[in-house]
Amino acid sequence: MNVLNLLQLAWRALLRNKLRAFLTMLGIIIGVGAVITMVAIGEGSKQSIRSQLSSMGSNMVTIRPSSNQTVGGGARLGASGLQTLKVTDAELLKKQATYLTAVSPAVSANGQVINSAKNWPTSIQGVSPEYLSIRDWKLKDGISFSDEDVKTSSKVCLLGQTVVDNIFDPGEDPIGKTIRFDKIPLKVIGVLEEKGENTFGQDQDDIILAPYTTVQKRILAIDFIQTIYASAIDENSSALATAEVTTLLRKAHKLQSGEDDDFTVRTQAELISTISSTSELLTVLLAAIAGISLVVGGIGIMNIMYVSVTERTKEIGLRMSIGARGLDILLQFLVEAILISITGGIIGVAFGLTASKLVSIFLSWPTLVSQSSIVLSFAVCAITGVFFGYYPAQKASRLDPIEALRYE
Amino acid sequence: MPAKILEIHNLKREFRMGSETVRALKGVSFSVEAGEFVTIMGSSGSGKTTMLNILGCLDQPSDGDYLLDGVNVKQLSRNELARLRNRKIGFVFQSYNLLARTSALENTELPLLYNPGVSGKERQSRAVKALEAVKLGDRLHHLPNQLSGGQQQRVAIARALVNEPIMILADEATGNLDTRTSYEIMALLQELNQQGKTIVFVTHEPDIAAFSSRTVTLKDGKVVKDMKNPAVKSAKDALAALPVNDDY
Repeated sequence: MNVLNLLQLAWRALLRNKLRAFLTMLGIIIGVGAVITMVAIGEGSKQSIRSQLSSMGSNMVTIRPSSNQTVGGGARLGASGLQTLKVTDAELLKKQATYLTAVSPAVSANGQVINSAKNWPTSIQGVSPEYLSIRDWKLKDGISFSDEDVKTSSKVCLLGQTVVDNIFDPGEDPIGKTIRFDKIPLKVIGVLEEKGENTFGQDQDDIILAPYTTVQKRILAIDFIQTIYASAIDENSSALATAEVTTLLRKAHKLQSGEDDDFTVRTQAELISTISSTSELLTVLLAAIAGISLVVGGIGIMNIMYVSVTERTKEIGLRMSIGARGLDILLQFLVEAILISITGGIIGVAFGLTASKLVSIFLSWPTLVSQSSIVLSFAVCAITGVFFGYYPAQKASRLDPIEALRYE
Repeated sequence: MPAKILEIHNLKREFRMGSETVRALKGVSFSVEAGEFVTIMGSSGSGKTTMLNILGCLDQPSDGDYLLDGVNVKQLSRNELARLRNRKIGFVFQSYNLLARTSALENTELPLLYNPGVSGKERQSRAVKALEAVKLGDRLHHLPNQLSGGQQQRVAIARALVNEPIMILADEATGNLDTRTSYEIMALLQELNQQGKTIVFVTHEPDIAAFSSRTVTLKDGKVVKDMKNPAVKSAKDALAALPVNDDY
């Protein structure tokens, strides 16, 4: 008996008992469907956490000063009071660091922003034009300031949406208006795209961006910088970038080998990996639950195959008496079990895809159907068919033809 | 001298039933030559069924030899027995044993499915030929439940013929049929016998035995009578002699 005959035979046997075949498949359909949907939900939430994190600039490397020395009687200064980072450090990194693509010095100040009768407490961040690309931030309106503006400490700024909402009337165009931050007048040349809250619930849009030289000289009157923001070339090279920055800055700051760093380098990668591993666990958990239902489906197949073997004892006896070998009978029932599970698997994949779609439409949960979950659950259900179909098939193949023929 | 299809020498078969040993066959010897139509007679408990199982290669003897077409069945494995049943024997059962919801043609094709030497095309043409030989050429696609008992048994005979076996082995093949249909089946078997088929027919009905050329009678596991039938009754004539209409 060749494969085609076997398939034909099995297909016909299933058609003979359509409802039963369908109910048997149902276990597999639900199992496969559940695996695909659950993994899609898990992957979807992972993806959305990831994209939320990368809205903060997932490749972002932050360099802040840190104290390596105690000042006056053992008291240590907070990072913002330290003056160890200079603009030259940022320039050095920009020139020499091979794992960084963009570097921006940053200084910030808090204060009251005023537009005619309205005012709002916010903070101003002095940065270079590259900052926008580091944070992966786009302008909603207007233009960004240029390197020329930085050089000349020009009095221009970009507003975050929250600031716009608080100091301008609805519908009023902020571009071209002059606002005051404390006492310094600044011309609004652009509005930043809304970013919403970050992972920690802080409003990222409650900010004003201006050239760092403007903030340094006109608002804070300092010559050091508080932070250097930079972009690693990709997420995976964060560690290399950190090492490189450390080496370069240690050399620039002339630190001896025994001395502690007077700065700290942080990357987003650590945070991302922590949060990702949590949602990874969620995915595995969901997949495990779904996997169990696949096994239950497999047991359903086994059960029905046992019933089927008993029911068709006489048929088995007849087939044996006209020359079927044990192997022929074994294959007949095995192929039938595999056909049930594979047909169930195909329907299950369709069911899983539909369910994932529905979940994202009606519950507006992010879902992401991964190909590997389709391939995996399909493979598992084929293996389930073989595994759970084998024992009933073997039972059939070992029947004594004499007894099988006399079976009523 | 015609070739011997089967030879049985001092054949014994014992069954263990708990602590007891049941001796179903206690040393049976006979042989069947090509072209014979042999009935094996016996009442229940005579060892007739055990004999049939051994003749059909479904069972193996405890002692003694059974040579089917020169092959000693005793030494064969399960798979080799299956092959033997497929190529050398055509079974016809009392209850037809057709697969339900499967057409006459497909039922007839069944033995060829287990013969890898036969292609799909050849399978179908041979099945059609076999069905034509039993005069069911116009019922190829009927399902068993659309056929009468006699027609179903004829499909079963077609199935037995399709692999061109050296022997047709019938087990009470007329047991479920009325007299008229039984005679029709016997007439068909006689016709096949005249075309050269060897037929071994196991039965307990003496009037069926009258249609065969030779009768072997078993009793208590032994052959008590083995005689050629001097006047073989023609089933066709018997059929013609039946009243045309059964009156109530």
